[in-house]
Amino acid sequence: MKTPTSGYQRPASLTDAAMHYCAGCGHSSVHKLLAEVLDELEIRERTVGVAPVGCAVFAYFYFKCDISEAAHGRAAAVATGIKRALPDRIVFSYQGDGDLAAIGLTETVHAANRGEPITVIFINNTVYGMTGGQMAPTTLAGQITATSPTGRNPATMGCPIRMCELLNTLEQPYYIERVALDGHGGMVATKKALLTAFQTQVSGKGYSFVEVLSPCPTHFRCSPQDSLKFVGQKMAAQFPVRIFRKEGVPVHA
Amino acid sequence: MKKPEAAFFSRVLMMGNEAAAEGAIRAGCQCYFGYPITPQNELTAYMAKHMPERGRVFIQAESEVAAISMVFGASVAGARAMTSSSSPGISLKQEGISYMAGCQLPAVIINVQRGGPGLGSIDPSQGDYFQATKGGGHGDYHIIVLAPASAQEMHDMTMQAFILADQYRIPVMILADGRVGQMMEPVRLYEDSPPPAPPKPWALTGAKGRPPQYIRSLFMEERALEKHNYELQACYRQITATEIKAEETETGDCEWLIAAWGTCARISKGVVQKARAQGIKAGLVRPITLWPFPHERLARLARRSQVKALLVVEMNCGQMLEDVRLAVNGAAPVRFSGYPGGRVPTETDVLNALIELTKTNHHGKVEQPAV
Amino acid sequence: MKKHFRVAIDRERCKGCELCIPVCPLHLLAMSTTMNRKGYHVSETVRAAECLGCIKCARMCPEAAIEILNVP
Ligand SMILES: Cc1ncc(C[n+]2csc(CCOP(=O)(O)OP(=O)(O)O)c2C)c(N)n1
Ligand code: SF4
Repeated sequence: MKTPTSGYQRPASLTDAAMHYCAGCGHSSVHKLLAEVLDELEIRERTVGVAPVGCAVFAYFYFKCDISEAAHGRAAAVATGIKRALPDRIVFSYQGDGDLAAIGLTETVHAANRGEPITVIFINNTVYGMTGGQMAPTTLAGQITATSPTGRNPATMGCPIRMCELLNTLEQPYYIERVALDGHGGMVATKKALLTAFQTQVSGKGYSFVEVLSPCPTHFRCSPQDSLKFVGQKMAAQFPVRIFRKEGVPVHA
Repeated sequence: MKKPEAAFFSRVLMMGNEAAAEGAIRAGCQCYFGYPITPQNELTAYMAKHMPERGRVFIQAESEVAAISMVFGASVAGARAMTSSSSPGISLKQEGISYMAGCQLPAVIINVQRGGPGLGSIDPSQGDYFQATKGGGHGDYHIIVLAPASAQEMHDMTMQAFILADQYRIPVMILADGRVGQMMEPVRLYEDSPPPAPPKPWALTGAKGRPPQYIRSLFMEERALEKHNYELQACYRQITATEIKAEETETGDCEWLIAAWGTCARISKGVVQKARAQGIKAGLVRPITLWPFPHERLARLARRSQVKALLVVEMNCGQMLEDVRLAVNGAAPVRFSGYPGGRVPTETDVLNALIELTKTNHHGKVEQPAV
Repeated sequence: MKKHFRVAIDRERCKGCELCIPVCPLHLLAMSTTMNRKGYHVSETVRAAECLGCIKCARMCPEAAIEILNVP
């Protein structure tokens, strides 16, 4: 057992608003961890976030930093505009898999390719949560969703897109990591990855990308606890959890 | 519309597209995001050269969708931001324009129109009047639309567009066409003293020393969207009350009133003189703001007893025609002379249409447009 | 000097996801039979005074509804 710490306080960068997410949703967890990072790096007052269209559309109610809306999928382009206009601010986008990897794939790839010095937080929960659990670009083969009622058939519906691997083919990104919210260890790892990503931006290094394999108990149709298992076992098998790019250099598995 | 307070200092031979770009730079445009498309490429190229030289932002975006989203972001951050494109690209920008209208974000969008629908042609057209003035994107909104007819106006109106955009927190579109964009003309350039942007306390610059704030167009709280839409409408009413602009040529005693905008208005000006030389008392009314549209001005002119008929001239199949009809509301017959194929009409084309009109029996009912 | 801790759960923030319960090495958390105002069965502490201050439950809680306080 580790030596006792100095306790835990609710992060100051979270507002008092009750989050609208379902019980056990990864969005809540990542919001909390993100707020901790804003606190620890003392960047809340110079951070501008970009909320997606998806379950996290109301993110601006939950953070005590400035946040803008973006049209569905355009968060990386909006973040680009903000960062170019205000290069000394910390700019992040926060996006789901439909937003980032389907409708916004172009904006995602090109912001990374330009090496925009922004931080992109990618919540991969294998489904379109907000619209009712439809198939996403990251839905696993065979996974049943509202629009793949007999399971995702790779022959006609394609295979899950691995965004970290895809972005890692580009030369400009500085930091790319995939983490899994699969339990306590996953929470710690996710926090660390977010911290590294924002540190990358604070020190003016370049583009940072964190993919979080994230539970959506509602559309996984299981308990929050079992959702963590789905993330740690099924999802992590398809999406290897590791660092892909560190200090601008690809990291080999 | 307030004129930027500046003195002329030089006359330069410039393309309309470049004149617009230079106008943006002189208006203090801090961020430009574009994507190549003919016939506006000179504008993007000009910005590519001159924005970085001045330490300002230029990005060739991955698409028009991305470019307008970057404009959205820069505007969110309080910067004067612009994008330009031509018709097919403007279609892609409609998403961002609707979001900016909803979020009350200032921005300048230049549309150097080409033929359509679809890929159409790269020749000049006025086919995007409906798209520009009736919304274009989804939702209940308007943007200000200015229609230049010369390289000089490309320059001047682009500068004015930034002022209007900031003043009303609204996207402003310059609705030009391939002819205006590509023509070379001497342009008087304003001195490089950008009209200062008003304070933008709503901009997202980080919550230092103030509560955090957000920019959104999503209103799910009870009746919040209704309230928001009424606020937008109040802004539109104010713009309509103060910013309508139209130009009249020889309307004092005119019997035959031409209504035209942009390139067609410029051609029609020559037609008025030619017609008068032949004893036809012609006049011209040229809406300069297409939204807000000078409905009352047109109604007033059409109701004058000596006015026998109106001739609307456009490079399309009759778009502003609908607004003219609404304005005139039966007070005088309204005929149409349209050129939808990428061909810019000559003065002779329009003069012939006018002469034709003077010969027809215009008493009684409004006649169908002859395309 | 040994530090003392106390687990403080904000009942109204808790959504009853139960993710905090298995992570406590001393099994100090359990589901309540009562509901909060939103109708969630909430997590509550048993033997709160035994808390080690390892903050695992607080880290695990998606809602940031759990705080671990230092008790002087
Ligand atoms: C242009 C457009 N198309 C579709 C939608 C509907 N829509 C809202 S959220 C969403 C999907 C969000 O899924 P994801 O990005 O995976 O985020 P999650 O809800 O799972 O967090 C869609 C398709 C929209 N708002 N705008
Ligand atoms: S639907 Fe899924 S992603 Fe959306 S709030 Fe609920 S658990 Fe979270």
